[in-house]
Amino acid sequence: MSDPLLRIEGVSKHFGGFTALNNVTTHVNPGERFGLIGPNGSGKTTMINCVSGLLRNEDGKIIFDGKDVTDLKPHKRTGAGIARSFQIPRPFHTMSVIENLMIPAEFVGHHRGEKTDDRAEAMEILETMGMADKAEDPTTDLTQIELRKLELARAMAAKPKLLISDEAMAGLTGQEVDEVIDILFKMNERGITIIMIEHIMRAVMRFSQRIICLDAGQLIAEGTPEEIVKDKGVERAYLGSTDDG
Amino acid sequence: MKYLFEIVCVLLIIGIFVLTQVVGNQFYFFIGFVILQYMVLATAWNILGGYGGYVNFGSAGFLATGAYTSVALINFLDIGLVEQIIAGGAIAGLLGFVTGYLTLRLRGVYFAIATLALAIILETVVAHWDYVGGAAGTSILPKRKPELFDIMVVDRKTGIFANYKEFLFFLMGTVAIISVWIARYIENSKLGRGLNAIKDSEEAAECMGVPTLRLKLIATTISGAMMGVAGAPLASYLTFIDPLSAFNLEYAVNAIAMPMIGGTVSWMGPVIGALLLGTAQQVSSLWIQSELNLLIVGVLLVIFVIIAPEGIVGWFRKSRKGSRG
Repeated sequence: MSDPLLRIEGVSKHFGGFTALNNVTTHVNPGERFGLIGPNGSGKTTMINCVSGLLRNEDGKIIFDGKDVTDLKPHKRTGAGIARSFQIPRPFHTMSVIENLMIPAEFVGHHRGEKTDDRAEAMEILETMGMADKAEDPTTDLTQIELRKLELARAMAAKPKLLISDEAMAGLTGQEVDEVIDILFKMNERGITIIMIEHIMRAVMRFSQRIICLDAGQLIAEGTPEEIVKDKGVERAYLGSTDDG
Repeated sequence: MKYLFEIVCVLLIIGIFVLTQVVGNQFYFFIGFVILQYMVLATAWNILGGYGGYVNFGSAGFLATGAYTSVALINFLDIGLVEQIIAGGAIAGLLGFVTGYLTLRLRGVYFAIATLALAIILETVVAHWDYVGGAAGTSILPKRKPELFDIMVVDRKTGIFANYKEFLFFLMGTVAIISVWIARYIENSKLGRGLNAIKDSEEAAECMGVPTLRLKLIATTISGAMMGVAGAPLASYLTFIDPLSAFNLEYAVNAIAMPMIGGTVSWMGPVIGALLLGTAQQVSSLWIQSELNLLIVGVLLVIFVIIAPEGIVGWFRKSRKGSRG
């Protein structure tokens, strides 16, 4: 088996007296579709903020592509190949859709010393999302699902090895959810490793090859979707213990 | 044409030079200097405030740093105007870098308050520094018969300029044009696009590979240096300087108001704002009443915030887009 693309080793994060992540250890393999679930406040977003670098973990190490990135700033990690979308879309709202994609294309692309046609590549990404006709539109005109797609498209423009999709489907209709899942499958087929954080179980179960479940900052379960569904700990975390009543 | 803008810049500098040679009434140079100085200040503010979204409320502090660098160096080494401008820009640029490093973790209104506090601290320091005149101020006598590369610059008979007003006007005009060129260059560069991304969403920018801290430090340094350059000739222009005039709140207010009224998205905004507001202020304070000029700023700001929040440039762009359909 090849080495994992991402290794999270004993990572902890506290906010004051509150433990958001408690000694979490896991790994993500190259090319894998990886699901991250857990009830509200279980530490999912904290974990990916630690991976993307917006938060600095106090203990433990984050190793990406064989290198320790624990002390790297977010933009350096993006340069190394970690890109993410935001749960609440944060477009560059004074720019057009394609200009949004040009930012990572320019800043990450040049960083790697690549001299490709940024604009053509950005258009190609928008085409796979079905958003090519919106390229010149201001982001303020976009609908919810288009904003979610833009989040993914912009992350793709950074040419990541690992894409972290932070609740890209929350609040979308069933049909829109399928559309986003299709996009993520397409990205995965191109060899991009994907971490999906999601509340919509149908989506995570269908998409993921392997899932971990967090509860109150602890890793409580890890396995295939079938194993996770049957896991008693996961059931307790979501529904509460039946012994209580 | 690729270098059209640069050619226009050079022609404008030549035009300003010709003006100093043919216009006899010194009064025009006297008020023209102030408007050009504001153009530099507004353009400098806009690099950090307009492109990057960081509101600097302490512009007067940077301008005064340039002015007092000149005063200190005149007292110490008796240097000429051009050297003063270079030194003022360098020291204010350094101040911009340090300020940026210390305060850029602050966002929004907290950054604005920190820069305002910086200006107040600097004013207090200068007011207690007797070498540069302290609170009472000091008068500066321009160097008699200054020479630059063995050429007589200011002399009634043999100099390039007949007097200091003309020389100051020419220098500030050149500085203003160079400043606008720099702003336009930044606007169309990777730095400008990165600053725009920071303005829209700093966290998203950082996660999209933009080295946010580095870009912000570059912006505070360039912006601070330009403000220092605008302030460096102030002592020579007024022939007297005290903390009240150098740290005047008018500078801080105008540095924000002019880009806001002109439009912060483009280098043209501060230029238009400085020309309109600067001229209106000069005319009203000279011919009507001197207290009127801050009132004009206030009223115009209120009107623009309501009617054209993106300034004159933004308003024009929008109406052009609207007419296209």
